[in-house]
Amino acid sequence: MSVELHVNPIACEAHGLCAELFPEGIVLDEWGYPIVDERPLPDELVEHARRAAAACPTLALKLRTSGRDGHRTRVQRAPRPIRSS
Amino acid sequence: MTLTVPRPAIRRLTAGPAATLGDHLSVHGELPDMSGEALIDAVEGAGLRGRGGAAFPTARKLHAVAASNRSAIVVANAAEGEPMSAKDSRLLANAPHLVLDGAVLAARAVHADEVVLCIRESAVRAWEAVERAVAERDAAGELPVVARLVATPATYLAGEESALVRFLNGGPAKPTFIPPRPYERGVARRPTLVQNVETLAQVALIARHGAQWFRSAGTPEDPGTALLTLSGAVEKPGVYELELGAPLADAIAAAGGATEPIRALLVGGFFGSWVEDPEQAGTDLGLGAVALLPQSACPVAETARVAAYLARESAGQCGPCVNGLDAVAGALASVARGAPYAAVAADLERWRAIVPGRGACHHPDGAISFVTSALNVFAREFADHGRGGRCSRCSRPSVLPIPASSPIARAA
Amino acid sequence: MTDGRAIWYLSRGTGVVTLILLTATVVLGIIDQQRWSSSRWPRFVLDALHRNLSLLVLCVLATHVATIVMDSFVPIRLVDAIVPFGSSYRPVWVGLGALAFDMLLAIALTSALRVHLGHRAWRIVHWLAYAAWPVALVHSLGVGTDNRSTWMLAIAGVCASGVLAATWTRLGGTTSGEQQQPRQATVSQ
Repeated sequence: MSVELHVNPIACEAHGLCAELFPEGIVLDEWGYPIVDERPLPDELVEHARRAAAACPTLALKLRTSGRDGHRTRVQRAPRPIRSS
Repeated sequence: MTLTVPRPAIRRLTAGPAATLGDHLSVHGELPDMSGEALIDAVEGAGLRGRGGAAFPTARKLHAVAASNRSAIVVANAAEGEPMSAKDSRLLANAPHLVLDGAVLAARAVHADEVVLCIRESAVRAWEAVERAVAERDAAGELPVVARLVATPATYLAGEESALVRFLNGGPAKPTFIPPRPYERGVARRPTLVQNVETLAQVALIARHGAQWFRSAGTPEDPGTALLTLSGAVEKPGVYELELGAPLADAIAAAGGATEPIRALLVGGFFGSWVEDPEQAGTDLGLGAVALLPQSACPVAETARVAAYLARESAGQCGPCVNGLDAVAGALASVARGAPYAAVAADLERWRAIVPGRGACHHPDGAISFVTSALNVFAREFADHGRGGRCSRCSRPSVLPIPASSPIARAA
Repeated sequence: MTDGRAIWYLSRGTGVVTLILLTATVVLGIIDQQRWSSSRWPRFVLDALHRNLSLLVLCVLATHVATIVMDSFVPIRLVDAIVPFGSSYRPVWVGLGALAFDMLLAIALTSALRVHLGHRAWRIVHWLAYAAWPVALVHSLGVGTDNRSTWMLAIAGVCASGVLAATWTRLGGTTSGEQQQPRQATVSQ
């Protein structure tokens, strides 16, 4: 079971609270929109990620728990590493 | 330029004339009475893949929608937002009955009683041909489904699957991000099969002639034929039917050859890539639209124009796409106006890294991919542009078809 | 009799405190909406402050309602605190209080259930805050027995100017705010 962060790019309005609360996995681009590390989260960071998702004013940031198969987002893309793992 | 002896033109979708019901039947023969399962089997055996650009295996889509066992709906997609492409409207204008055959067959296979034909609002001839064809069938008692015609806005994203479903549900023609997927719950909350009209026409041919026949053209990985729209510096621009896997040079020869020396070809529409040697590129299934860029045109200006168009055509729903494509278009426009490429090179590289994959659909990905290809293939022109003052080739009219600026695209 | 007076003072006191806290909550909400922040006051702090303060408002408001109902001096029943304009004692002013209470309750419930309701439904109900605050202000000025006293008017004045100033920035004096903000995509449907 792995926990990952995903952002709904349509709902996101670049408030930026997520990056304040979870800089380990989210950085803001030059326009204020989040670049989210969507790889499975290490256990010690899950709570921070959860808090960041709860703080999102538009509920765009969500935590997803996936099993072996994993849920896939509509846009298939390679996860974007931010932190050195 | 090598001499290619063109093979005899293959005429499956383009056999004709076949616009009227009578002509259609005399050219293609009667439609066999097949069960839904038999049809899906035939399509699977034929290895048919979608002709709308994504090349998704058609049998799998049919299975997915049929599996829901609820009353489904078939959407025939001729929204054709790609300005370089005219194949869908041409197919509908010349062989509407082939598409209707496919739609009816698909409807039976997925337990649908309704077919919605979505036609780009500017494709007047196609609209009229389909209207006539539906009326003919109705009069002859040959229409076992409810057929509805819907005009779609001439925006780049209107044909995207989720955008089209949203539009049919009364919303804007813009992609959605959250589930459900159309095959589970699409138009009017029914399982929806969205299929490009060319794919449906191929289904109609497979039903008549079988999977083996379909595979007698093309390659084992990409069987069958496809329609290709050729534009730019070619003698006879238009829509041509070609075997998949045939070299692009064959297509150009079929269109009468190039009118002047060619710098490069844009293969695959505005999300496609630039290719310098037609011998090296084969006719694959990435949206079948090819434009020939002559040496007398300015690749920098052409690229900048397309980038500006794609930025305009963003649905405007996602920050990285709206801002990123605007920024890229702006940088390319400044180079086209005479600014040195070195001034924007670092920015462009950064945007190419951070924009793709962060939108709700593939629009930003496709746009960046196009720009990346242009910057690679035309590296010399970008570096040299403006060094000798104004570029003499910039002033010639655009080779690539850019629709006039439409401010509604983002607001609609 | 001393007990009665204590409850009476408590009910009026909690009323005033509710108004002050509600004012602070509304002002914070507007600051949040304007996306103002600094290095010492990041967005998540202001956002959390707004949310926590609103919870405090509800607690003090609940005490206000409870003490009013418990107090035997004025014949206000529990139902009058929730269903507006039915009380026999000063129906209009008490009714306005009940109205404000209902609106704040709706805002609180939708906020608590935000994840299940979705952003759009939450946002529509949250707009009631702009109605709840003036209704609460008018209620406090009309129903209070010391509504003509200087300190009460002073408090009301400070609260009103706070909200008015914040609302003015919300409505349009935000040219500098716009330049700071990143280019917005259109608001999601």
